[in-house]
Amino acid sequence: MEKFTTHTGIAAPLKRSAVDTDQIIPAVYLKRVTKTGFEDALFANWRQDPAFVLNQPAYQGASVLVAGPDFGTGSSREHAVWALRDFGFHVVLSSRFADIFRGNAGKQGLVAGVVSESDIEAIWAAIEAEPGISMTVDLQALRATIGDIEVAFDIDDYTRWRLLEGLDDIGLTLRDEEKISQFEARREAWRPRTLPVP
Amino acid sequence: MSNPDVSGIPDRPRTLAEKVWDDHLVVKGEDGQPDLIYIDLHLVHEVTSPQAFDGLRAEGRPVRRLDLTIATEDHNTPTLDIDKPIADLTSRTQIETLRRNAAEFGVRLHSLGDKEQGIVHVVGPQLGLTMPGITVVCGDSHTSTHGAFGAMAFGIGTSEVEHVLATQTLPLKPFKTMAITVEGDLKPGVTAKDVILAIIAKIGANGGQGYVLEFRGSAIRSLSMEGRMTMCNMSIEAGARAGMIAPDDITFDYVKGRDHAPKGQDWEDAVAYWRTLPSDEGAVYDAEVYLDANELEPFVTWGTNPGQGVMLSDVVPTPADIADPNERAAAERALEYMDLVPGTPLKDVPVDAVFMGSCTNSRIEDLRAFASVIEGRTKADGVHVMVVPGSARVRLEAEAEGLDKVFTDFGAEWRFAGCSMCLGMNPDQLAPGERCASTSNRNFEGRQGKGGRTHLVSPLVAAATAVRGTLSSPSDLDPIPAHAATETVEA
Ligand code: SF4
Repeated sequence: MEKFTTHTGIAAPLKRSAVDTDQIIPAVYLKRVTKTGFEDALFANWRQDPAFVLNQPAYQGASVLVAGPDFGTGSSREHAVWALRDFGFHVVLSSRFADIFRGNAGKQGLVAGVVSESDIEAIWAAIEAEPGISMTVDLQALRATIGDIEVAFDIDDYTRWRLLEGLDDIGLTLRDEEKISQFEARREAWRPRTLPVP
Repeated sequence: MSNPDVSGIPDRPRTLAEKVWDDHLVVKGEDGQPDLIYIDLHLVHEVTSPQAFDGLRAEGRPVRRLDLTIATEDHNTPTLDIDKPIADLTSRTQIETLRRNAAEFGVRLHSLGDKEQGIVHVVGPQLGLTMPGITVVCGDSHTSTHGAFGAMAFGIGTSEVEHVLATQTLPLKPFKTMAITVEGDLKPGVTAKDVILAIIAKIGANGGQGYVLEFRGSAIRSLSMEGRMTMCNMSIEAGARAGMIAPDDITFDYVKGRDHAPKGQDWEDAVAYWRTLPSDEGAVYDAEVYLDANELEPFVTWGTNPGQGVMLSDVVPTPADIADPNERAAAERALEYMDLVPGTPLKDVPVDAVFMGSCTNSRIEDLRAFASVIEGRTKADGVHVMVVPGSARVRLEAEAEGLDKVFTDFGAEWRFAGCSMCLGMNPDQLAPGERCASTSNRNFEGRQGKGGRTHLVSPLVAAATAVRGTLSSPSDLDPIPAHAATETVEA
C-alpha cells in the first residue's frame, strides 16, 4: 500500500444522504473476480443521468468526494471502495460513514474523513461558487482546505497511522505469529472443525 | 474459557458480547491499537473471496486453518436448471474461480448440486458448525445471523477475508453494546421478522451503528432458533456490527446431534461453558432500548431503507409530517421511487410478485409458515410467487414433508437453493416498476432488480399477500372451507 500524506485534487459534491453500497456499486458488478477495473461501475445507475454531478465537465478527474451523511451504508462489499478508488477518488468526506465501509476504505488507502455537517455545507457552497475548484487534504494535520475555507476532519488514529506509513495489515499481524500459535494451543476441543481432525 | 494469557480483562459484570470477545483475545491492543481477535469459523462464498485468494497467491501465503474454513456457492447460483452450465458468463466465472481456489488451497467447498450447498448463513447452523461462544466471520454483512446462537458473528470486507485466511485473526476495536429488551407475548401471526422490522423502524437504519445488539427479554427467549436467526440476521439493517442472543436450552437442543456439534465429553464441556455466557447481573450496556411485545403487529416497509417501515394496518406516511429534514427528504425520494401516495392504506397496495426466501427467512420453519397460510387457498391472479429454500438440505426436508406440493398446487414456483431474488445476481430479478412482497432483508433501490420495488415482510404476510394480491396478513383472509383446512395459524 502506498503512503498517504497529502492529497490535492478536484472536489465533487454529492449532495445526497445515506448513499448506500448498492448505489455506489450495483450488485451486478460484483461478479468480477479482479481487484481493479471497477471505475465504470461507480454510481452506475446514477451516471446514466447526464445531469448527475460526476457527469458534469467541471468535475472530470475529481478525486475528493464530498458527500451527505451516512455514506456507505448497506452491504460489506469492499468493491464500493475499489470502485471509488479506480474512478480516481483518494478521499471521501462525510459527516457520518457506515462502519464497514470506513474500515474497508482504510485498508485500500482511501481516506474516509469525518467532517461536521456544517463544514460539509460550507465545502459544498465553496464548490458551487467555483465548480472544479481543488481541495487539499492533509492527513498529517487532519485539515482539509478549499478556497479560503479550512476544516478539520477526523479519522481514527490507527487507520491514520497505517495510511501514513503505508502498512499492510497481514504483515503487521504476522509479527504476532507466536501469540497466535499460543492461543491455538489452548483452544478447547469442542470448538467447531470444518474438516475431520487428522 | 478464562483467558489467562491475556491481561487486561476487566473484573466486573460483563455482557455476553464482552465475554465472547475477551475469550478470543490473542493480543490486547494498547494505546488505541485494535485488539487481535481469534476467529473460530470462517465462512466463504464466491462473491467476496476471489480477490482474497488472489492476495494470498501474490504473497505466497497458505490458508492458515483449513479446518476452520468452509465455502459454499450461493449468491450467483441459478435456482432453475442447476444441472446445466450457468448461462451468465460472469456468474459462471465467479463460481468457477471459487472452485479453482478451493481446490488449489484445499478449502472444503459445497458446490451447486451438492446436498450441503446453500446460502452460507443457512449452511453453517444446519451443519452444527455455528455454536455458542465462538467467533464467526464471512465476507457478507448478514453474518450477524449466527449471533442467534450466542456467537460473535459479523461481516467483513474482502481484505479482511484475506487477513483471516492468512492469519485466522482480525485486528479489531471492541464494539459498543446495546441491549434491546422485548418483554411480553407476541400476538398470533406476529413473528420474529415483525419484531426486528419494528426495532429497526424504532431505532432507525443507522441506530445500531458501531454496536453489537443483544436481544433479550421474554419475547426473545420464547422464539425458536430459526426465529432468533431472523432477528440477528437483520441487525445489520439497523446499522449494527452484530446481533446476539444469550444461549439457552433452546440453543443447545438445536445444536445437539448435528454433524459438527461436539460429542461426548466435548459436548459436556461445551455446555458447561456455554451456560456461563449470558450477560451477568449488573452488566452495563452502552445503550438500552425497550419494546413491548404485546403491542407489536405484522410490519411492512414502505420505503427504500429497512428503517422505513410501519404496521401493516397503517397507511403510507406523509413526508411533511417528518420533522428531521434529512429523513423527510429521504422519505420523499423513497415514495417517489416506490410510487406510493401518502395516506394510502398499505393493505390496498397491490403487488406483482412474492419472494419467499433469503437468509432472513428460508429455513424450514419459514417454509412451513408460508405453506400453512396458502394451503387450500388460491393464488391471486397475475402474482408471480417464488419459493426459494435456503439450502439444498432445506429443500429436501420440505419435500419430505410434502411442502413442495403445497407450493406448486398453489401456483408458486419451487426453486433450488440460493440467494436468488434477495439481490438478483442470478436471473431471478424484478422487472423495472414491479412491486414485490419479499421475505428478504433489504429494500434498497434496485436491490431485487433495476427499478424493482421491495416491501419487506414476514413469511406469513408474504403468503397472505400471495393469496389476496395486495399486502395482507393472514387475518385478512377468508377462512378456508372446513374440509380443506389443516393447521390454522391465525384465528
Ligand atoms: S440471501 Fe441475500 S442477504 Fe442473505 S447472503 Fe444471500 S444475498 Fe446476502
